[in-house]
Amino acid sequence: MSEMDRRGFIKLAGLGGGIVFASSLGLTTLGSALEYANGYAGKKVEKDFYFVQLSDTHWGFSGPKVNPDAEGTLKKAVQVVNGLEEQPDFIVFTGDLTHTTDDVQVRKDRMAQFRDIVGQLKVPTVHFMAGEHDASLDRGDAYQQFFGKLNYTFDHKGVHFIVLDNVSDPGAIVGESQLNWLKADLKQQKPEARIVVLTHRPLFDLYPDWDWATRDGSAVIDALMPHKNVTVFYGHIHQEHHQMTGHIAHHSAKSLMFPLPAPGSVPKKAPIPWDASAPYKGLGLRNIEAEVRQARYGITELNLNGG
Amino acid sequence: MHRKKRDLIAGALVISATIISALALHVRAYALPAEREIHITAKKFEFAPETITLKKGEPVVLVISSQDRKHGFNLRAFGIRADVNPGGTARIGFTPNKTGKFNFSCDVFCGEGHEDMTGTIVVTE
Repeated sequence: MSEMDRRGFIKLAGLGGGIVFASSLGLTTLGSALEYANGYAGKKVEKDFYFVQLSDTHWGFSGPKVNPDAEGTLKKAVQVVNGLEEQPDFIVFTGDLTHTTDDVQVRKDRMAQFRDIVGQLKVPTVHFMAGEHDASLDRGDAYQQFFGKLNYTFDHKGVHFIVLDNVSDPGAIVGESQLNWLKADLKQQKPEARIVVLTHRPLFDLYPDWDWATRDGSAVIDALMPHKNVTVFYGHIHQEHHQMTGHIAHHSAKSLMFPLPAPGSVPKKAPIPWDASAPYKGLGLRNIEAEVRQARYGITELNLNGG
Repeated sequence: MHRKKRDLIAGALVISATIISALALHVRAYALPAEREIHITAKKFEFAPETITLKKGEPVVLVISSQDRKHGFNLRAFGIRADVNPGGTARIGFTPNKTGKFNFSCDVFCGEGHEDMTGTIVVTE
């Protein structure tokens, strides 16, 4: 394991059940040989860290059969994060912060309410991104008023994070302009750089019949391919899912409003009804422990019941 | 001599006219069976008709219009997609080359019921 103080992390792992160690370089390759191959041998690497991913909170959704605690679930998630023994370095929200509405004022009200609720998080650094419910009907106009840019980058302890917008164009398109921006950014990164892409929709064709794709996502993946250590975290599909495209790992997160069925498992996609015998089943958040030297990400799924 | 030449020219003209007429008829006959147009309207959050039955091998033109905002039409099984803008019409010609039931959907996010905006094309022998 890494240099990180493990105690808090191990406790977190106990809360959530399964831990997935995900790496853009494979699950079993470890140690100095890998560091050497990646050009990190002998280099000073920042300490490992962890961050929390929350997704698809759909604030404003109403549907008692799907989630009778629609107004309480996000607040509960905030409590869970605030209760973590070791606080994360930062938090990311991978889109669909709010549930869509045609009414511009209601949209803004929902965004304001969401912002107030997540303002209760103890962790001062929170990175937001939009989902199609937030941004597709007005090209991200209201979203940007509340949460800032739709695409941006930030760096943290040796990892380069790229936030991609594949929702403000209602056709689920990243677009030529953003692609050029991405390519220019990647040019500044060494081939062995640790890169994490955060976005809402899957960049690969997970299940296009259900809108689970990005129309020009393959162009994004092509641009990322020359880099050896790329991992993508996204939302949109309201369930945990892991897939590789070449050496690039893609991990989707659960929702904090309602779960959706597995890709193509039913004729028509629809939210999975609330299970009164297991409240909040299928909902959750996750911790992602970045082991920077090994370019690995330990994913710990957490539910809302503390178990 | 001159008369014979005239007759030959006249004969040639008649034959040419006949050939041209025949060609024209042929072209007309070829163009006449216009492709059947299937009119589809898109609006929040449905296509009408929702189910369309076609015959394998029969060329058709899908004529899709929007009654409110921008929608998309995506029939992935046949590699067909188009944007459908309000006030505009998308025309897509294609010939189904396989039988079965094939879903189409709106692939431009259009609001809360966007995900319900689907339909089926049934292709029979």
